[in-house]
Amino acid sequence: MGSNMAEAHPVGFQWVMEAKTRGATVLHIDPRFTRTSALADKHVPLRAGSDIAFLGGVINHILSNDLDFREYVQAYTNASFLVSEEFVDTEDLDGLFSGYDPDTSTYDTSTWQYENGFPEDSVEGDRHREQSAGEQHGSGGPKLESGTGIATDETLQHPRCVFQILKRHFSRYTPEMVERICGVSRDDFLEVCRAWTSASGREHTAALVYSVGWTQHSMGAQYIRAGAIIQLLLGNIGRPGGGVLALRGHASIQGSTDIPTLYNLLPGYLPMPDARHAGKADYVESIRGTHQKGYWHNADDYLVSLLKEYWGEAASEENDYRFDYLPRIDGDHGTYRTVMDMIDGKVFGYFLLGQNPAVGSAHGRLQRLGMANLDWLVVRDLTMIESAEFWRNAPEIETGEIVAEQCRTEVFFFPAASHVEKEGTFTQTQRMLQWRDRAVEPRGDQRSELWFIYHLGRLLRRKLARSTDDRDRPLQDLAWDYRTEGDGDFPEPSADDVLRRINGVDLTTGELLDSYLQLRSDGTTAAGCWIYSGVYAGGVNRARNRTARTEQDETALEWGWAWPANRRVLYNRASADPQGRPWSERKKLVWWDAERGEWTGHDVPDFPKTTPPGFEPEYGEAGPGALAGDDPFIMQADGKAWLFAPSGVVDGPLPTHYEPHESPMPNLLYGQQGSPARKVYSRADNPSNPAPPESGGEVFPFVFTAARLTEHHTAGGMSRQLAYLSELQPALFVEVSPQLAAERGLTNLDWAHVVTSRAAVDARVLVTERMRPLRLDGRVVHQVWMPYHWGPSGKVDGDIVNDLLGVVLDPNTLIQESKVATCDIRPGRRPRGRELLEYLAEYRRRAGVTVATGSHVLTADTAGSDAAAPGMTVSDATVSDRPAPDTTAPDTTDREEDA
Amino acid sequence: MGVSDWIRSWPVYRQLTGADRLGRGDAAASPQSRERQPRTADADRVAASVCPYCAVGCAQNVYVGSDAAGERVLQIEGNPDSPVSRGRLCPKGSASKQLVTGDHREDRVLYRPAYGTEWQELDLPTAMDMLADRVLDARRKGWQETDAHGNPLRRTQGIASLGGATLDNEENYLIKKLFTALGAVQIENQARI
Ligand code: SF4
Repeated sequence: MGSNMAEAHPVGFQWVMEAKTRGATVLHIDPRFTRTSALADKHVPLRAGSDIAFLGGVINHILSNDLDFREYVQAYTNASFLVSEEFVDTEDLDGLFSGYDPDTSTYDTSTWQYENGFPEDSVEGDRHREQSAGEQHGSGGPKLESGTGIATDETLQHPRCVFQILKRHFSRYTPEMVERICGVSRDDFLEVCRAWTSASGREHTAALVYSVGWTQHSMGAQYIRAGAIIQLLLGNIGRPGGGVLALRGHASIQGSTDIPTLYNLLPGYLPMPDARHAGKADYVESIRGTHQKGYWHNADDYLVSLLKEYWGEAASEENDYRFDYLPRIDGDHGTYRTVMDMIDGKVFGYFLLGQNPAVGSAHGRLQRLGMANLDWLVVRDLTMIESAEFWRNAPEIETGEIVAEQCRTEVFFFPAASHVEKEGTFTQTQRMLQWRDRAVEPRGDQRSELWFIYHLGRLLRRKLARSTDDRDRPLQDLAWDYRTEGDGDFPEPSADDVLRRINGVDLTTGELLDSYLQLRSDGTTAAGCWIYSGVYAGGVNRARNRTARTEQDETALEWGWAWPANRRVLYNRASADPQGRPWSERKKLVWWDAERGEWTGHDVPDFPKTTPPGFEPEYGEAGPGALAGDDPFIMQADGKAWLFAPSGVVDGPLPTHYEPHESPMPNLLYGQQGSPARKVYSRADNPSNPAPPESGGEVFPFVFTAARLTEHHTAGGMSRQLAYLSELQPALFVEVSPQLAAERGLTNLDWAHVVTSRAAVDARVLVTERMRPLRLDGRVVHQVWMPYHWGPSGKVDGDIVNDLLGVVLDPNTLIQESKVATCDIRPGRRPRGRELLEYLAEYRRRAGVTVATGSHVLTADTAGSDAAAPGMTVSDATVSDRPAPDTTAPDTTDREEDA
Repeated sequence: MGVSDWIRSWPVYRQLTGADRLGRGDAAASPQSRERQPRTADADRVAASVCPYCAVGCAQNVYVGSDAAGERVLQIEGNPDSPVSRGRLCPKGSASKQLVTGDHREDRVLYRPAYGTEWQELDLPTAMDMLADRVLDARRKGWQETDAHGNPLRRTQGIASLGGATLDNEENYLIKKLFTALGAVQIENQARI
């Protein structure tokens, strides 16, 4: 679901086909009929943005027909745990959970706790959202004060046990509701339910695959939660052939999350410290509970080892390992907020390191206006991309909103070395690191990022060498002594040396570490990323392992290295039953070897090696030693998988269907229309199309979605310049159904333009029956889609599809809702120049779009409270076009509800 | 050539008399195609690599040869040993030789001054030095020592960065480390998008 694997991850899809030839049933549930659908046993189209309604229906089907894998659910999930009496579900609050604060549109999550689980520290929900706190649990689960001593009802009958709460919460997600909301017929829906449940259990497993079709929503994290709940109820997690597989879009996007270039994370998913953390101890207390179970309890070991790698000798116990050198966050510093700050003149310099936001980020116009209002911009890329040349080829040149002679931004373009001209590791989508050898040297000024950052750091340190300013100490004390290769003033730093330091060393012996279990908080180990400890186990670069697949079993442990500890299936203790025996012979992966007193199997066991299946920890025990023999989820604070999330997810402990921010449909399940905690930026330069209960939505009556083609790559910087790929996919198009083509007078291969309150974009029309109009609650809804790879540069050019989108974010991840919006489509080409601005202004006038449109997120009927939003206030100033051509003056009409 | 040679040079004759009865191999080969060699034949060595596009992580073999101008990439192929890709590459992975050897690649530092309308060339060390000065200036302008309650922030809001999902782990590590030491917090990449 939410994935077009055959076209976006083509070579990975061979395994789906392999499974199909071995008898697996392949279901494709996705708005578009694609090559994935063509090869699947069944394609079920649904309305973009309605996936939780569909998945909720599957959960309801499983629970009301007792189709769950009960033994697995009872032993390995939190189904039997009791939840606090104070918890109130969406059933009783018209779509809200208890703890909602209408002033900040965030939740105080304290009422979602387990009974006699200790309440969470009082960090308000708004801060959690601003810091994208939901995303900070990439390796360790969210904190619980205690992992033992939680009240349970093993019979799963107690009305406040997770299992019963789940049942009630999803009881209204009936096949009829699925039909009305998603446009999926009852028969199709039940066929999916039957196929999914019958392919699960002791003897069978089913895998769930998703991609950005799930993440790029205002409740993307909850889509994934819903999928995970199904997979847990059916016993499909931690077992061979099961799992929830995120197919990520870039060669090392997994790596850039593990070793993050993200504002709210340090390496290994340690959160960035907050302004309110008094010191290291305070920080550690806030990210893990004193008595919680599992390996995240040892977060202090991971943090101190990182600080020792950052500041070497200068970090000691006396100075708290220089925790004070870390800059603090205190809100939203995400890329979209930052771009708005650029427009408002608060950011001065911007580095673009292999990324092309002028085309690739939502709301391209916002991106380009931000770039046009900087002191300086650095672009490092293989080729000349739009983001480096916005001052001469942005669409705003034509409209007069950017004028080169008046644009003050200095731009530095540095040519980059390619993947064959440098060595290093990518982490692919299954957490596997693969080392690349350097094949040839780069030409001219082409350099690696490693070179660029290393030497920039060296120059900065030289310039500040004699500074006595306290703020320069972190830079002066930085361990920046990486090995270099070659001579001259600017030699190439050694990626191998950097990887060794990421892996970590024992500072008392100088030996490379074998595993994160060796990390210590007493300053005797240094490691850059604790989850990568072991990539250099035994002094060998394991990411370079290349034993041929024909010379090893299918787990292929000798090809590359997967974090953590080279485990290929996470939580694989769950592939055995509570007694440690494989659930079935066919689905054998890891089991307890009683004779040798240890876990063993085809994969590296993801469990304390010698903790026997029947082990019971003492009450109040903490850390790895507190894991019971049947606690497979070793990074979770209670050792169990969470059907219900008592903390860590900021927009609700359970997934709930809300309509997308822009939708032609009212929410048929609750009065609450959209996600009540979604992050909205109400600014004149970020208008929204109206959605119920607002009026004016009929001006943008169609559902819009965007996606990838096989032959191009994201913003096109690595594909539109290539003759082969450009020839294969030469032009931007918009795909529509024959019915919509008839309704709007669109002709196959002729021009049309797609319009939102942000932009109008030209494209060739592609009329096919692959786009099917959906019948929803008695009305017909049309969907259109466009690939988003084009821009003004390259061998093939076209309008920028991302310009159509506004910025509204998932509060857990601060990822934008770019997989669904509303739009209009008209035959012929769009107006150009100033006329385009007038054309868009006219659309906004007709739809009644103001700064307030979409900003009143609370629409639930909160009876008895006067907190209900007016919902329809349109008194705010009409969105005006920005004054052209000067983009430097902050627009005083902007109003920021999120501030 | 004599008549018998002439007849023997005829593909149908070869097909009828030789081992290749279906005429899909040797029988159909012309002298020209017989002399052809795969691009990889001239390679001096093969480097192990990974496709730089999507996250499947297909393994690549990079064939390197050399001529007067130095070493160059002759061909990039899928590595059949890989348990992930079994030697296959999709159109993007197959086009990656063009990605790295194509004439679209820039190889000079370019600079566009404020209010400028054209690129100018700049030498690399000069550009690096200019940039270092600008980084310190932007850092100073956006510096925040404490918040309104006096809690330490020790950061700058003056510098932002975007990118990393196409870069190596080692590169991301240094980016985060350097910017953190500088106090820059708005460090982001495609994973947010
Ligand atoms: S060859 Fe295609 S499928 Fe394989 S990693 Fe490259 S882009 Fe992905």
